[in-house]
Amino acid sequence: MTTTKHLTAFSSIFTVLLLLAITAPVALLFGFVGATAARSHFAPLRWLGKTYSAVVRGVPDIAFFLFFVIALDQGIEWLRHKIKCPDWPDAIRQGNDFVVCSAAKMPLSESSTFVHQSYGFSLAVLTFAIVFGAFAANVLYGAMGAVPRAQMETGEAYGMSNRQTFWRILVPQMWVYALPGLSNLWMILIKATPLLFLLGVRDVVYWAKELGGLKTNAFAYPHPDWRLWYFLGLLVFYLTLTKLSELILNRVMARLTHGQATAGGEAARKATS
Amino acid sequence: MKKLILSAATLALMTGMGVADTVRLGTEGAYPPYNFIDDNGEIAGFEREVGDELCKRAELECEWVINEWDSIIPNLVSGNYDAIIAGMSITDERDEVIDFTQNYTPPSASAYMATSADVDVSTAVISAQAATIQAGHVAESGATLVEFATPDETVAAVKNGEVDAVFADEDYVKPIAAESGGELMIVGDLVPLGGGIGMGLRESDGELRAKFDAAIQTMKDDGTLNALITQYFGDEAQTF
Repeated sequence: MTTTKHLTAFSSIFTVLLLLAITAPVALLFGFVGATAARSHFAPLRWLGKTYSAVVRGVPDIAFFLFFVIALDQGIEWLRHKIKCPDWPDAIRQGNDFVVCSAAKMPLSESSTFVHQSYGFSLAVLTFAIVFGAFAANVLYGAMGAVPRAQMETGEAYGMSNRQTFWRILVPQMWVYALPGLSNLWMILIKATPLLFLLGVRDVVYWAKELGGLKTNAFAYPHPDWRLWYFLGLLVFYLTLTKLSELILNRVMARLTHGQATAGGEAARKATS
Repeated sequence: MKKLILSAATLALMTGMGVADTVRLGTEGAYPPYNFIDDNGEIAGFEREVGDELCKRAELECEWVINEWDSIIPNLVSGNYDAIIAGMSITDERDEVIDFTQNYTPPSASAYMATSADVDVSTAVISAQAATIQAGHVAESGATLVEFATPDETVAAVKNGEVDAVFADEDYVKPIAAESGGELMIVGDLVPLGGGIGMGLRESDGELRAKFDAAIQTMKDDGTLNALITQYFGDEAQTF
């Protein structure tokens, strides 16, 4: 259990946690921007916001992960190629091949494995953020609509501008409506992390398969198929993660409900009085 | 004299290029003894040794990359690595999409492995790794094909009774059958498939292909390749 291979496997737990820690806020930001755009009075912006959440939510995750990442990677390399090698004689597309000059490679071929892995990881974060941002946009859009209109009108009656009512009244109050949907998304995001391997990032599920798989004499420690035990470990890991999240989210919910004109807020008021 | 200077210059230029450009080799890391991940988390196996030796002979700086089998060709043509060295048999279908070097293993046999000797492989349910020549062969043979993403899963499917037999390279299933304590055995006849295993390269990358081709030839000529084949696949393995 202490070989380098096992240590790499254990560290992949942190890869997963790091991905969650970075992706969640970024996705929330994407969602917030998307939802705000979808509510905009400026039509093109509104269309953009609505299209984003409709299209990305409609495309199957796995297709998005396979297609979008390769396209994004090629897009970046294409741009770098145009900038760095303007007098390159050959075409970039040669039949099936996508060939850019070696200075335009992203990352460069000679950069270290760590750079390659970090680049792959960043692509993964971005892709996850775009996918989950679309769902979050829809949740937040609904939450913004759920804040009672009377609250906004009160703000307007006090002479607040649109911007002020949005930031001071709508945004602070919408979270309580958004939280059930967002917590759902968080749980799904946790479960979706094994998609990382599609992007070349080796996560815990990959390692459980790799370590647990049948090992013949070609390996230093031959053993039969132990995947069951490794997957039981995964089960414990993911259940612990989701259970912890649930506890934390319940606390946040209790805090947000406090003093709100919702059924939850009313229940909280009755419980304390 | 002039010729000598010229060839020295070309040589210097070529080695200079070899050092500057890192060649990235893509493999699956899940197909022992061809390629697998050892206890240090490093890629090991027959192809690791062959690949490192080829790079040394071609004076290239090589780096290994692990990529799952399913997307191993798309990621090559998209330029995420420069060569595939992953137990990939040379077939016409693949040759339409990528280019191959000459083979570094002789055309090898594939074998069926099952839990009992009385499996009729022409009608049984057979597992094979997706997008392999073995999967193609099973689909054409009239047996029912069940595909899996990794070689390990194809073997697990036989053990838990999901399929009657697994069809894979003989070199892959033979050690598994030998070490199963009689639980698994090779059944039916061996089937010769494909034109041996070669390195896969982008069709636009003729220069790199020529370098590896030449390096493989030198390994064939001085017998180092045969020595490696015997070391990894046993004395009865076919050599050049």
